[in-house]
Amino acid sequence: MSTTLLRLATAGSVDDGKSTLVGRLLFDSKSVLADQFDAVERVSRDRGMATADLALLTDGLRSEREQGITIDVAYRYFATAERAFILADCPGHVQYTRNTVTGASTADVVVLLVDVRKGLQEQTSRHLAVSSLLRVPHVVVVVNKIDLVDYDQATYEGVEAQVQAAAQRLGLTDVTTVPVSALAGDNVVTKSDRTPWYEGPSLLEHLEQLSPAGEPQSEPLRFPVQLVIRPQSAAEDRFRDYRGYAGQIASGLVRPGDPVTVLPSGRTSTVEAIDTADGELAEAHAPQSVTLRLTDDIDISRGDLVVTSRSVPGLTQDIDGTVAWLADHRLTPRTKVLLKHGTRTVQAMVVAIGGRLDLDTARLTPAESLELNDIGHVSLRLAAPIPAEEYLHSRATGAFLLIDPQDGGTLAAGMVGDALLASVEPLDA
Amino acid sequence: MSTHDTRRLTHLQWLESESIHIIREVIAEFERPVLLFSGGKDSVVMLHLAVKAFWPAPVPFPVLHVDTGHNFPEVLAYRDATVERLGLRLEVASVQDYIDDGRLRERADGTRNPLQTQPLLDAIEAHKFDAVFGGGRRDEEKARAKERVFSLRDEFGQWDPRNQRPELWNLYNGRHRPGEHVRVFPLSNWTELDVWQYIGQEKIELPPLYYAHDREVFERDGMLLAVGEFAQPKEHEVVQTRTVRYRTVGDMSCTGAVDSPAVTVEDVIAEVAATRVTERGATRADDRMSEAAMEDRKKEGYF
Repeated sequence: MSTTLLRLATAGSVDDGKSTLVGRLLFDSKSVLADQFDAVERVSRDRGMATADLALLTDGLRSEREQGITIDVAYRYFATAERAFILADCPGHVQYTRNTVTGASTADVVVLLVDVRKGLQEQTSRHLAVSSLLRVPHVVVVVNKIDLVDYDQATYEGVEAQVQAAAQRLGLTDVTTVPVSALAGDNVVTKSDRTPWYEGPSLLEHLEQLSPAGEPQSEPLRFPVQLVIRPQSAAEDRFRDYRGYAGQIASGLVRPGDPVTVLPSGRTSTVEAIDTADGELAEAHAPQSVTLRLTDDIDISRGDLVVTSRSVPGLTQDIDGTVAWLADHRLTPRTKVLLKHGTRTVQAMVVAIGGRLDLDTARLTPAESLELNDIGHVSLRLAAPIPAEEYLHSRATGAFLLIDPQDGGTLAAGMVGDALLASVEPLDA
Repeated sequence: MSTHDTRRLTHLQWLESESIHIIREVIAEFERPVLLFSGGKDSVVMLHLAVKAFWPAPVPFPVLHVDTGHNFPEVLAYRDATVERLGLRLEVASVQDYIDDGRLRERADGTRNPLQTQPLLDAIEAHKFDAVFGGGRRDEEKARAKERVFSLRDEFGQWDPRNQRPELWNLYNGRHRPGEHVRVFPLSNWTELDVWQYIGQEKIELPPLYYAHDREVFERDGMLLAVGEFAQPKEHEVVQTRTVRYRTVGDMSCTGAVDSPAVTVEDVIAEVAATRVTERGATRADDRMSEAAMEDRKKEGYF
């Protein structure tokens, strides 16, 4: 049996039916087991409901239930015959930037919900903006509660038009809409005969067909070195002089004989072999974890980036980028941080703040500082050069973290380049 | 090139690659990692991944077993044989020692799973372990569903679900202050079925009680407990010999067997794929005590 894997993130607010939709996907794909369902039925009865409330399947921690809100991203798992799914369920109200950025950072597809009676809301636009910023390959907008408008085609098409207009404004190219009733199960797993006018697939059918992020054959090799493997005296004789570079391919593919360049040193060599515990490979591609051997004995250590010599990124100590600020204290210019890019961590200073993104208007506004959950533009000066590439072109090598050098906390999610400006153009549409 | 020139990993290859990346990050960023190893299937798979991550070099950290004293003998034998085969250093934190010298007291229900927390935290402190690999999976339980891959613990070993670091892309942040440590869960994204499919694909040997065998059991609270030193039937509980297997292995006094004819890994995969009950619901008395049992234990520093 050979199935592929797709990562999705769902985002939305409390009343749009997200929990019911996620519960429905889990339940109808038989990923909810009897003891979990029994618990949901019991609690539903205790709360005076006639039928099991599927939303309870995604109920969170007790500390969250006590406050009546979910605070944090929860991960759920379901599978069909074709595909395994990892779902990052991102709550909407509190910390929504932090949660949607987290969920979207690893997602192949973001699933957003819109109440068909309300149409496109501010929060949906914000989620679309975040999906655009994070360069999520696919977006699906579930137009929910279609049962409450009597499965009316015109109402659905009105919302669909709003969604597509917003997507176009944000530069999102792959946005699909599906008319759904999460409560009644219409078009979630199977196509509903109550929407005969809808010609597309059900939500799950659509998710089964989507291609995951990345086309290794069309991207240049990027291989951040995690560690050097040198068994030395601990190994059998034949491995005594072994020296391999272990890492997970971030983009592209590699074959023995390929010319490579090591950054930041700029030294060049040739791939001698691609090793795994299961034997040598004739080819490896993203996101495989492998160990590379090179023909030359050159100095390579953790933090270095091995790239194809056919496409070598430049080195820079000055980075302009978009950051989602995730810390409680505000970011001001001259703040010292650590920047983690691939497997390399360097000291950095925030030189300037270029503005804050107003997610409601999708415009950059002047700002002196960034507060918790703000998305803004910053200029950073690094203590050492790194091979930074535009996030727009490479999600894998354009992403970075900002880390607090004192307490080690994660301060910000960063993306190299003007992803922000690209996604909000045209400014005067 | 052919038209189907799209390179995709199978979901098991993808999960394996992610786990190996996580394990390697830990070795690169921490001073003193340790891997929690009980002989249970998840810890066995985790150790197998560690072997693959560093090949041809040996696994560069010791393993730690928090021993409840209520072990299945075949699991202990498996643990020792595995440690020997791989040339690992085994540390044992013994709940029995704590009970013997009065630092812990036996619970009224006889269950020792919740008693593991203190010996675990003491071992982490004594050995100055700064990264602790655990085999926890997010699909096991709802408190685990919100757990990070790199999960920071304060100097009391506590988990604060309200104050977790956001985890973005595959950029893990292992920074911590002296006295703090990080729990790392390389199998976060695996499901029970994934684990079994991988055991089948990799032909990983497990303790024999994961497969069907005849055993003397009695029923208590809907679970089949093995008759033995740590669990004796009460007067009204009937002892029968049944063909059973274990879906999880833990404290013998509270880990239940399930009726099963599954003698091979293929049989088990088919059974797990068709099952209608979660593994903890089926086999762990301690997790059925309250809706938040796991959440409470995790906050205190449990696995």
